[in-house]
Amino acid sequence: MAKFRFSFYATMLATGLALAVCGSAAASEKVIKIATQSPLSGDQSAVGVDIKRGAELALEQLAGPLTEMGFKVDLAPYDDQANPDSGVANAKRIVSDPQVLAIVGHYNSGVQIPSSEVYHTSGLANISPANTNPKVTTRGYLEVNRIVGRDDVQGVVGADFAVSKGVKTAFIVHDKTAYGQGIAEFFRKRAEEIGIKVLGFEGTEEKANFDALLSPVVAGNPDVVYFGGMAFQAAVLFKQARERGYEGMFLSDDGFDSSDAAKIGGKTLIAGGGTFYSTVSGPASVYPGTAKFIADFKAKFNADPQPFAAQGYDSMAISLKAIEEAARANNGEIPSREAVTKAVRALKEFQGITGTFTFNEIGDPEKAQYFVIQVKSADPNEWSSNEVVKTLDIAPPK
Amino acid sequence: MNRLLRSINVTELLRPLGHVLAFSCGSAALMSLIAVSLALVLDRTVVGADLLDRYNVTLFTYTMVNLPQVVIDGLTIGFVYAAIALGYTMVYGVLEFINFAHSEIFAVGAFVGVELLIALDATGILAGASLVMAYAYLILAILFGMIAAGALAVTVERVAYRPLRGASRLVPLISAIGVSFLLQDIIRLVESLTTGQFNRIMPTFGNFDGRIIFGKLAMGNSTITLGIAIKSIIVIVAAVVMLVGLNYLVNATRIGKAIRAVAQDRKTASLMGINVNKIISLTFLVGGLLGGAAGVLYALKFTRIDPFVGFFPGLKAFTAAVLGGIGNMTGALLGGLVIGMLETFAGSYMGVFTMGALGSEYKDIFAFSILILVLIFRPQGLMGKHVVQKA
Amino acid sequence: MVSSHFEDLLSRFSRGPWPYLLVLAHIAAGTQLVYTQPRSILAFLVLVSSFLTLYFVRADLRFKFFAGALLAVVIIPLIGVRNIFYLEVIFQIAVFAALALGLNIVVGFAGLLDLGYVAFYAVGAYLWAFFGSQQFYAMYYAPGTQPSDLPFLLPGDAFYMFMLLGVVVAAFTGIILGLPVLRVRGDYLAIVTLGFGEVIRVLANNLDKPLNLTNGPQGITPIQRPTMPEGVVEFVNSTLQPLIGHRVTVADMYNLLFYLLALVVIVVIIFVTRRLDDSKLGRAWTAVREDETAAIAQGIPLVKTKLAAFAVGASFAGVMGVLLAASRTFISPESFSFMQSIGVLVMVILGGSGSIPGVILGAATITILNLQVLQGFSLYLTELRQSDAIIPIINFAWKDLSTQLDPAKYQKMLFGIILIVMMIFRPEGMIPATRRRRKIDQEEN
Repeated sequence: MAKFRFSFYATMLATGLALAVCGSAAASEKVIKIATQSPLSGDQSAVGVDIKRGAELALEQLAGPLTEMGFKVDLAPYDDQANPDSGVANAKRIVSDPQVLAIVGHYNSGVQIPSSEVYHTSGLANISPANTNPKVTTRGYLEVNRIVGRDDVQGVVGADFAVSKGVKTAFIVHDKTAYGQGIAEFFRKRAEEIGIKVLGFEGTEEKANFDALLSPVVAGNPDVVYFGGMAFQAAVLFKQARERGYEGMFLSDDGFDSSDAAKIGGKTLIAGGGTFYSTVSGPASVYPGTAKFIADFKAKFNADPQPFAAQGYDSMAISLKAIEEAARANNGEIPSREAVTKAVRALKEFQGITGTFTFNEIGDPEKAQYFVIQVKSADPNEWSSNEVVKTLDIAPPK
Repeated sequence: MNRLLRSINVTELLRPLGHVLAFSCGSAALMSLIAVSLALVLDRTVVGADLLDRYNVTLFTYTMVNLPQVVIDGLTIGFVYAAIALGYTMVYGVLEFINFAHSEIFAVGAFVGVELLIALDATGILAGASLVMAYAYLILAILFGMIAAGALAVTVERVAYRPLRGASRLVPLISAIGVSFLLQDIIRLVESLTTGQFNRIMPTFGNFDGRIIFGKLAMGNSTITLGIAIKSIIVIVAAVVMLVGLNYLVNATRIGKAIRAVAQDRKTASLMGINVNKIISLTFLVGGLLGGAAGVLYALKFTRIDPFVGFFPGLKAFTAAVLGGIGNMTGALLGGLVIGMLETFAGSYMGVFTMGALGSEYKDIFAFSILILVLIFRPQGLMGKHVVQKA
Repeated sequence: MVSSHFEDLLSRFSRGPWPYLLVLAHIAAGTQLVYTQPRSILAFLVLVSSFLTLYFVRADLRFKFFAGALLAVVIIPLIGVRNIFYLEVIFQIAVFAALALGLNIVVGFAGLLDLGYVAFYAVGAYLWAFFGSQQFYAMYYAPGTQPSDLPFLLPGDAFYMFMLLGVVVAAFTGIILGLPVLRVRGDYLAIVTLGFGEVIRVLANNLDKPLNLTNGPQGITPIQRPTMPEGVVEFVNSTLQPLIGHRVTVADMYNLLFYLLALVVIVVIIFVTRRLDDSKLGRAWTAVREDETAAIAQGIPLVKTKLAAFAVGASFAGVMGVLLAASRTFISPESFSFMQSIGVLVMVILGGSGSIPGVILGAATITILNLQVLQGFSLYLTELRQSDAIIPIINFAWKDLSTQLDPAKYQKMLFGIILIVMMIFRPEGMIPATRRRRKIDQEEN
């Protein structure tokens, strides 16, 4: 027995020491790293991986100016596993690496909020591609910025649009995530304020079987069914609602903006009252960059970009731009984190593929542009030709 | 021909059909009774007034009008659970072991079937297929799913469970949990290597999305169309066929006799010349075949699948198996139907009955609450016989 | 031949001053490596593994305590403040070790497979999250719509009281759950506890209406921390700055505080566990684990014995939950998934169920694997992919390697493989429990 224990321990020690000696990192000249954090594993990884891929694509295409200044720019992707514990641990690892100058990150607000406490204490600029929870920015941290809209705005946009279509009654469903429920709560609040009768408000973690949930929906025959959440659930719900004989209008949020919706829903999305979604990421017709992005993305990764892939791209683009500005101000030397953080806020009218960004004093985009888009074709390949039916410029609440 | 007919044991074919009918009607009647009496009571309270304000109907009318549709939905999902539960129950009956990985075997079946249909769809065959051919393709997909899942189940048993036979009860269970996790990530790896995405969507073809309309019911401001989707009928019919087939295999064939012998006493069975290992493999094969078929049917009914698709249905099916009395096939059917009904009734009515305070988000934990209650008051399940734990 | 060399070495190293020198040398080497290469994973591993050396060598018990304390209370905090990632790693190891030790009582001692263990962790976390935040005053607001200037219900220093309260409440929850379900057989119990874990998560996710108790999926934030005594930061800065290399902040000191608290909890847990293991109750647990029927025949009250295991295990998770809520200042239902329960179970199984050092080793291994090795390996692959390197013989360019193959993505696969392999080849774990080891030795002889 003792023999086993000793050899076990001796092997571990020997390998450890050997590797530690070999593992000494090679000295490197001017390396800048930009980290990403998103769920790369688990059931939310479809979106999380594409945030990373979007960022990767941006780094590849837009690092030019920095490379010319003699920097080597690397991507450091981290997996937060949609879990706050991993997110915080990674955050601490990221901030302890002095080469990291910006972090593009987080899909789940539940992970972003505790992790950004770490970025805040060490002055690392964080650009969030997907977190719509108001609390992300209302804490007022200089380091934390986001390029997406806020739940408390998008829900309002949806409700206002519904009224403009003459909607009198609504049934609201959400996916029981911080994101979907957040939007749905504000949709309900606004809807009640402007005189829409809310027939029901239900949350569900169900991904497949909406039969039970649909009973009160179909029975109430509302003018609109609103879904706060992602396309892969919303489209299944909408499809099953149509199959149950519901003829009214569907309305959803920017999580619905995925060609998967058409793949799942098919013709059911254009039947009856049609399907609409509000989004902060403009369609190809408004932002020509989007079409190119989708083509490049497909060419590189052999897959359609999921929601927030384009936002991942833009977040990276903003990080690169800010680092470039800060580096120029620092005579071409590696800038400090503080300088990068300030440079992000100093950017004016940055032209991305999902919008034009100027950050306000808490890190929300000043005047985000919101679109309401109607699904026009049952063919997933035609998703990008969906039509903008309404455009709104709204400044976020402070 | 005559002799062949005579060799078929007709009672074993008819008996499960009788059970299906009795349990469906029974659980539907019981749940309806509960729902309607609750509605009658609540109608006089603020709940009724609230509904009258929002929907412009009394709670009683609302409940009655929705009832047929809720029953149909409940039956459909109930049969899905029953089909999965059969796999748990088969294995438990023989080995007294919870095959925790059965939910992933189900998922693999679903993926293989759907991948086949996606491949066919890519060639354009599906879009132009005639109705007969559409059904033929669906059956082909189900068969592929069954074969893959069956083969996987046998392999898993051979690799991860057989070496542990004879160890304490928890050891193979922990191994099974490991297999379940491993398979989830393997599915994810394989699927995402090919396309970069790991979810799959069932192609639309044939007339499966169609709906047979029974009639329209006027209620308040709206009319409700009462009907059943063709795919729901397919699911129910397939589940009944599986149940009858399995029942026949176990109760009316020689192989079935061997399975029952091994279940009763492994040692004695081997002394009687039965190859115990072979029978256990066979049990896993049958469980896997059923799980695979259930997987493809699930994908057909609910359109989208991902590697984690098996977890919740699996858990509920297991609950169903325990509820009915694990090891007992009729019990699995009853358990599946009860869980399906209960969950659908809870999901459909709870929001209205509690004025939105509790909604369909609680339907998943209904199954577990029932499981706990059953285990307290009737640990052997509804149809199980009390057995002393084997040492 | 080789083995005789080993034995030779072994006997030499276990006599005289050698064990002491070996331990000190290992600690010194580890510290030196981490100091010179503050970002190398392996250097950190060498340092952490000195706990193992300490455990394995034959040395005076007092020396072991002294060296262990030196390592845990002086060296690691210093290195942790230098590089806060290390402090986070070691904090998470401590948290998971405490959880694993708690689950170890249920699984390892009493032989009850609990697949919903994080439920009790969640109970503790939400206990402090509710009382230590503004949630009490936000009860009538829908999630997300509450104003941010609500008052706090309790002062942050109530945290210490809630650590004790967490023990009580979680133990009570354990008893409430245990009473009905502990009568069922072992494998059913596993599924029931799995269900219970899910129920707690679903409740946390849904108790935002009719009264907003948990704030639903949005989670509760900010959660208060105990006040940091004035002057601590300045004191550390004025005395230890040369060693640490940079000015420390209040956030660093909080990290340190929570690490030390976790350490205290672990020491208490180990003490309680050891005492229990040798007590009448501990023997009753063993009896129940080995043969239930025989245990009943011996007059051991079955349900009471199992309940005690459940309650003790739960209480450990409860106190760690309170600690987690305060250290994160944020709690949401995502932290309490089935995956977490399995993660803790994997730690127990891998280390050796029933064995205190084994379980701690299991927790450390899994946490380091998860936070450092897998992530580190993935990052390394990314670096290779971004370079122009190729694999020589097969002429494969790294940049063509699919990102789907990143090991960090396959944590579940790793857990699965560990569970299967351990069950088949080494069910007693890396460091088997003493009682079991005795049994194995007998069999070998």
